[in-house]
Amino acid sequence: MPKPAAHWSDDVFRAMQARDIRTVCTIPDGGLVLLLQQIEADPAFRLITLTSEQEGIGVATGCWLGGQRAMIAMQSSGVGNCINALGLPVAYRAPCLMLVTMRGQWGEFNPWQVPMGQAVKPALEAVGVKCFPVDKASEVGETFEAAADLAFNGWMSAAVLVSQRVIGAKGFGQK
Amino acid sequence: MSAKPNKIERRPFVAELLRHRDGSLIVCGLGSPTWDCFAAGDSPDYLYSWGGMGLAVPTALGLALAQPDRRVVAVTGDGEMLMGLGSLAVVGDQAPANLAVLVLDNERFGETGRQRGLTSGRTDIAAVARGVGFRQTMTVTEQGQAGELAALLFKAPGPVLGIAKIAITDDPWALPEKDGAVIAHRFKSALGIK
Repeated sequence: MPKPAAHWSDDVFRAMQARDIRTVCTIPDGGLVLLLQQIEADPAFRLITLTSEQEGIGVATGCWLGGQRAMIAMQSSGVGNCINALGLPVAYRAPCLMLVTMRGQWGEFNPWQVPMGQAVKPALEAVGVKCFPVDKASEVGETFEAAADLAFNGWMSAAVLVSQRVIGAKGFGQK
Repeated sequence: MSAKPNKIERRPFVAELLRHRDGSLIVCGLGSPTWDCFAAGDSPDYLYSWGGMGLAVPTALGLALAQPDRRVVAVTGDGEMLMGLGSLAVVGDQAPANLAVLVLDNERFGETGRQRGLTSGRTDIAAVARGVGFRQTMTVTEQGQAGELAALLFKAPGPVLGIAKIAITDDPWALPEKDGAVIAHRFKSALGIK
């Protein structure tokens, strides 16, 4: 049986295991399917489904205050829902790690995704989140590790922005 | 508007509740709930907040999941609770037995000029909580009900939600530490976490 091709989500999953990041809060995205499947299948992990991404900022902060590590996984559109909420971990100097799969950039077919997609990095940086954009699948793992270590060892908020070039642009038959 | 004005005086009521907390960790919502808890007597078990409206319940949820052997109670206001209404569904879904939510409901945006809030109309937060799977809710309107509300908040299997219909009152300022890093560090140290 041929070995399935390596996927960046495997690298992220291993990095999470190595760093004891066991709680993942999410509003799902198509780009996160494989990672979320791995998390859901492993009883050592806790998957928390949200109603809005901003809740994940509070949950992750509360987990850290209680001695555990959490992260939030979301689509770029969800970043807009988090901006005021990010004042909480920034003010508490609590680590807040976000994994963002991007829309509205590389080959986007849906104009509704573009305004927020283009605003993700400047908006996050404006509220004090360190951004780690990555546009090669082979570099997502190490980028995630760098962001996670900055967050949890430096008590900062950090976001890994996985480019639409890595995820692949949707077309809904319109290409 | 309610038919009758709310009667409960928030400061003595919160102080009476907290006398029953028995080691529970308190996640204070921004603004008045934070001032109320601080005014009742400072404790490193209180996580004060000065911002992040809507996040008291999510923060309490994360803490309750990370500290399953400790009771965690979010103390918030009606405005903050409604801004984070979806978080009640997340709590209902995770169903931590050690989590309670208290809404101090004056039906107003008290910090910003006492503008009308939605709980003065048809909005029933307790009904929402029941609808998303909270095990028990209680709405109290009398000062003398602090004891029964405390039993719900600090003892009953969670998740549970209590609402105290509080009056509009003029309370003296009671402002705790403002540096979030100091608040968080003190809170974690009291839990024995490095």
